[in-house]
Amino acid sequence: MAWLEANYNYLLVIVLLMIGLWAMIGKNNLIKKCVGMCIFQNAIIMFFISMGAKAGSTIPILKLKEGATTYGVNDYIIDPTQYDNPLTQILMLTAIVVGVATLGMALTLVQKMYAEYGTCEEDEILEKIK
Amino acid sequence: MKTLALVISLLMGSILVVSLDDLPAWGDVNSPANSHVSAYYLDNTMQQTGVPNVVTSVLADYRGFDTMFETGVVFVAVIGIMAILRRDQRLEDIEKVERPPYFPPDPAITGVAARFIVPFMQIFGLYVLAHGHYSPGGGFQAGVILGASVILLAMTNGLNGALSRLTEDWFVLLSGLGFLIFAGVGLACMFYGGNFLDYSALAPLMGGEPSVAAVKARYHAMLWVEIGVTFTVMSAMFAIYSYLASDGWMDRGL
Amino acid sequence: MIWLYDFGLLVLVIIAALLTLNLRDLMGSAIVFGTYSFLMCLLWTVMGAVDVAFTEAAVGAGVSTVFVIATAYNIKKEAKD
Repeated sequence: MAWLEANYNYLLVIVLLMIGLWAMIGKNNLIKKCVGMCIFQNAIIMFFISMGAKAGSTIPILKLKEGATTYGVNDYIIDPTQYDNPLTQILMLTAIVVGVATLGMALTLVQKMYAEYGTCEEDEILEKIK
Repeated sequence: MKTLALVISLLMGSILVVSLDDLPAWGDVNSPANSHVSAYYLDNTMQQTGVPNVVTSVLADYRGFDTMFETGVVFVAVIGIMAILRRDQRLEDIEKVERPPYFPPDPAITGVAARFIVPFMQIFGLYVLAHGHYSPGGGFQAGVILGASVILLAMTNGLNGALSRLTEDWFVLLSGLGFLIFAGVGLACMFYGGNFLDYSALAPLMGGEPSVAAVKARYHAMLWVEIGVTFTVMSAMFAIYSYLASDGWMDRGL
Repeated sequence: MIWLYDFGLLVLVIIAALLTLNLRDLMGSAIVFGTYSFLMCLLWTVMGAVDVAFTEAAVGAGVSTVFVIATAYNIKKEAKD
């Protein structure tokens, strides 16, 4: 039970990764494969963000000290253990935007294949190629 | 195929579960990810750049190269989609493509509501861009909100109306212009004697005492760079929507 | 973090992911995809990553869902499995 409490977020990530992988290999429809790719990407982002979370800490925007009126360098609480890890969040911000560009590209290819072959299912396309 | 996929997924899942012992426990303050470079960023971002939002300051200043090439990736995606999907109007008779039946949107209810909402969405997008130094926000979020406002206009009042306001020439130009603004700020830093994307070299533009001017230069150059990112992301969102919804013909939407 | 809230979100995310892939109607699948993106956004807010949650709310639940709907509209609206 202690192992479960220490690792439950990693277990969620593994379950989502396997759902995405199963969808990309096993599903017949091309759009469902693209959706599976999105689920896979979101699971990877979840992994990084959960590695950056700290127990009892707040969001990575610096807080003003109590009763501070000015906004200089000495008026913020600068203590790295009180804030969440910002580095993992920054990398994932880039990953989300690149992911949406990749999704747009994948859906474009699906539309072009439909215009070429008249169908959107993988086994029918494989028959037509033979 | 389905049983093969299930077997492969379960196998990979069990291998990953076995390797869970090596990962740090959840919420650990001293894990390797939280110790080395991120502690440096949290300590020094206020005194070197003057921006309290650590995420924005590291994205736009300390790791500016990543952001610049991500903007480049979005631009390349727009060009790629245009190259694959764009069709020529003159070939409509020759190609004999069958298109789904088109029901033009009736703008009586949704059109009027959208026309009320869109100005507020755009002001909110500009606020998110400008306030990204103090609150969650920044360039990407603002670009997506602005792009979504144009997509809302296209979905409710017809794609032709939205395309007449943001024409195809303009959105392809804007997506390249954003990347050029980012690289242009980097080149300006080189003209003033620093390295590429080293914003403290722009201190002579700000005037005043050199150490204070370096902090001010980094603070303001972050905003210019985020404006470039916003242009690219906004035009990319609308471009991808209009190519996907009209299947390349660019005359009618959903 | 409240334990029950966290656990409920995790269960809902897995249910939404499975439902997206098993619906035959592609339009319904796209709507549930939007729900899945929104639930992931809530999960990241609970974990403290507010910038990432903001971006995911705008991109995933907004623009990405619209792309899938636009593609599914131009192709057949029913999947075979």
